[in-house]
Amino acid sequence: MLTTTRDLLRYSPSFRAGAIILVFVLLFVVLSFFSPYAQDERRVVPTNKPPSSEYILGTSATGQDVFWMLTFAVRNTLMVAGLAVIIGRSIGVVLGMISGYVGGTLDRVLSSLADSFIVIPVLPLLILIASLLRGQITLLSLGLLIGFLDWAYPSKRYRAQVLSLREREFTHTAVFSGMSTLRIVLQQHLPFLIPYLLADAVSGFLFAIGFEVTLSVLGLSDMNMQTIGTMIYWGNYYEALLANRTWVLVAPVVASIVIVIGFYQASIGLSQFLDPRTRLAHLQVKG
Amino acid sequence: MMDIVKTSNLKAYYITQAYGVQRTVKAVDGISLAIRENEILGIAGESGCGKSTLLKVLLGMVKSPLKVVGGSVTYDFYASPRDALTLTESELRATRWKDISYIPQGSMNVLNPVRRIRDTFRDFIGVHLNTSPREMDDMVRSYLSELGLPDKVLNSFPHQLSGGMRQRVTIALATILSPKLILADEPTSALDVLVQRGVIQLLDEIRQREGNTLVVVTHDMGVHANLTNRVAVLYAGQMMEEADTGTIFKQPRHPYTQHLIRSLPKIDDKSERVSIPGQPPALDNPPSGCRFHPRCPHAMDVCQAEVPALEQVGPDHRVACFLVSEKS
Amino acid sequence: MEHNHDENLLSVESLGKIFGIRSGLTVTRFVAVDQVHFALQAARPEILAVAGESGSGKTTLARMILGLVEPSAGHLYFKKRDVTRLSAAERRSWFMKEVQPIFQDPFAAFSPLKKIETYLYETTFNYGIARRANADEHVDRALIAVGLSLREIKNRYPNELSGGQVQRAAIARALITNPSLLVADEPVSMLDASLRMSIINSLRALKEQQNVSVIYITHDLATAYYIADRIAIMLRGWIVELGSVEQVLGHPLHPYTQILKSSVPEPDPNLKWRDKIALARSETEEYLQTGCKFAARCPRVMDICKSVVPKDIVADGRTVKCHLYDDTELHRRLP
Repeated sequence: MLTTTRDLLRYSPSFRAGAIILVFVLLFVVLSFFSPYAQDERRVVPTNKPPSSEYILGTSATGQDVFWMLTFAVRNTLMVAGLAVIIGRSIGVVLGMISGYVGGTLDRVLSSLADSFIVIPVLPLLILIASLLRGQITLLSLGLLIGFLDWAYPSKRYRAQVLSLREREFTHTAVFSGMSTLRIVLQQHLPFLIPYLLADAVSGFLFAIGFEVTLSVLGLSDMNMQTIGTMIYWGNYYEALLANRTWVLVAPVVASIVIVIGFYQASIGLSQFLDPRTRLAHLQVKG
Repeated sequence: MMDIVKTSNLKAYYITQAYGVQRTVKAVDGISLAIRENEILGIAGESGCGKSTLLKVLLGMVKSPLKVVGGSVTYDFYASPRDALTLTESELRATRWKDISYIPQGSMNVLNPVRRIRDTFRDFIGVHLNTSPREMDDMVRSYLSELGLPDKVLNSFPHQLSGGMRQRVTIALATILSPKLILADEPTSALDVLVQRGVIQLLDEIRQREGNTLVVVTHDMGVHANLTNRVAVLYAGQMMEEADTGTIFKQPRHPYTQHLIRSLPKIDDKSERVSIPGQPPALDNPPSGCRFHPRCPHAMDVCQAEVPALEQVGPDHRVACFLVSEKS
Repeated sequence: MEHNHDENLLSVESLGKIFGIRSGLTVTRFVAVDQVHFALQAARPEILAVAGESGSGKTTLARMILGLVEPSAGHLYFKKRDVTRLSAAERRSWFMKEVQPIFQDPFAAFSPLKKIETYLYETTFNYGIARRANADEHVDRALIAVGLSLREIKNRYPNELSGGQVQRAAIARALITNPSLLVADEPVSMLDASLRMSIINSLRALKEQQNVSVIYITHDLATAYYIADRIAIMLRGWIVELGSVEQVLGHPLHPYTQILKSSVPEPDPNLKWRDKIALARSETEEYLQTGCKFAARCPRVMDICKSVVPKDIVADGRTVKCHLYDDTELHRRLP
């Protein structure tokens, strides 16, 4: 683990860039625990002050320090997205792999299920559910919700991978070594899926962030908590653009861009390093 | 008998750098070879002996991480020798398929899986000809039928053809313009016995009819016995022995060649066959001196220290071995 | 031909396999294995070579014997029990202990992401051969029996070893359960010439020293002759000739066997081929024909061959599927 990280940092420029960015992001998240204000406390500072030495990112119309708001926003958005990814990819991996390896009727049932989920337009459905639950939705439930709606596409990819892995001869060797189906899928096939999982997790992460921001901007999430989306919502609510108080909007937007770039870079470097084909190609040069 | 391609102490290495590790694979390490007009030269050797790399360099396909670090390659097709390694990309392109053509290992390395055979021919050959596509199709069709392939092959995709048919198509591609020199890399491996025989006979037929020169690289000694005039035996990037085919099989002098010939099973002979102990060396860390010394039953001290030079031991017979040179 | 189940290790009866190949909306039926019939005796271990070209069905036959593919027709009896009727648990606890595979590509037989020894240890534990305490010893012994050692392969991934070493490790793994039958699918065709014979010699020794029968699938008649006691020649799903290796390859009766034998490139320049060979125009043509599958290419074809499927005839100590040797048909042969 450690040697892998060290190698990655040393030799993969994209991973290095991504790692540096993500370290900053993490710093930001840690800072949120040291905030002098709670995230839903209003009118704790003068309103609508532009960025200055006293208030680094300015203050909002609700009397909150934009800097500390942002630390909470980054933390909460990442948490929601993280939850969504964990739920979504776990379901996707399990169902996809079972479907692919077991085949038969179970495969057909699960594939049809996945297909119907894929066809569902996620955003309109999220908006619908969120507006039905208006006022009762928490960040936790938001994360779960996004996760439950985003497992289908990845599961198809994992299923396809397992389908091809199932026919490979090392699977037969594993069978004749007496290994049970579950162990074969977990021990033999899962390692091949890891680069896909990682790249997939990142893209899922970014999608989840997108969903969260969208819902929050529409005012459909927990508006008392700070997230990147809610900051944008409240900024719009108080007409920040019209009143030339752009700092309230710039902060969350820039933060989201930075987060996306950071994750993306890191994942490129990581998946290149872990992809069995490129890794083996590096180890062997034929003469 | 003119030499149409010559190499002189050719050294070509793969130099890679990945994640901080530098590796130098000495695939071709001092090979001096002369290809004579109109002959069928066999290059014998196992996987990892550098034979495919040798072919690539002969073709001028030297791309990083492959690098020529020493020696020379000379083309002499039109009685005006040219240094092959200094040719520009456009000069090389003019020679490919017209002067030298290449049948790579595995027909799927040449045939584009998403293009029909007809289009592949147009892509490759159309560059050298100034005919209309229709005329070219006719030419291709008649050539393919000479090789025993039905008309519908033209319209097919590679995956619709069997392995044997694909190989014949690849051979057609490489020979249709009657190049002076044809380099074939394992043209019969992975083919069935009967198809293999057909392919070997086809190659011989083409050579007899068009008068070109054929170089066949294969580890299958049976193919060498049935097709070639001369055989050069490669091991770990170096040449061990070179002689006409009859001599190689009847009077091999190099211990590696001797072992290779003796270990081959023959039908009607159930007597014990002894194989060579050990395995072929990795080319990134070859043994010092004579590359074969770790596995050689006659290895002496000098074999570990120095690389034996190729020496003449008969009218058309060269061997690189201290055992042989000491005796002579 | 009657098979006495009690005397046979493996009894293959009228085995067949039909694949359906989908192309658009149509499905073409493709007969991979057809009416295959042979038996391996239990009393003494033997090596049976199954030789044929690609498309002959030999690999499909091997996979059916291993239980990786379900037969469409016929029966497979191993030690008197019907293999196709075994439950998954019986298959795992009994059948796979007795019958083990060796695959063609040693580097495909192991996951490139796992150390090779893990498979050997898995086999040792899952079949209850040894416990954690003495597993090392068992694995080492299995490796030594094929010319390797635990020290040589410990902590190594497949790509760090040579093809010969990996294939030996595969054979060692297959032997851990002390099987009665090894099904080896072209075990040396992807290895270098200088390594081949040592592995072939190891397989030959296995029969003699460890009492293991081997079904040796190959397209290489020379190694088949060297290693096998009996040989079955397969053509497009049929066994066209079956008998001792000296008989079948020494004095082949079936025209296909004769051409096959004469087409093996002998490593002797004095034995070059004389005649030209006619290559098949297409592969599917031979599958869909009526009568004998070799009729299109057979140099001794008769009229009856094009319409009537030949029976299995016993002639000169072996079984041949050819009208030329059918006494009863001789009377009806056109002059």
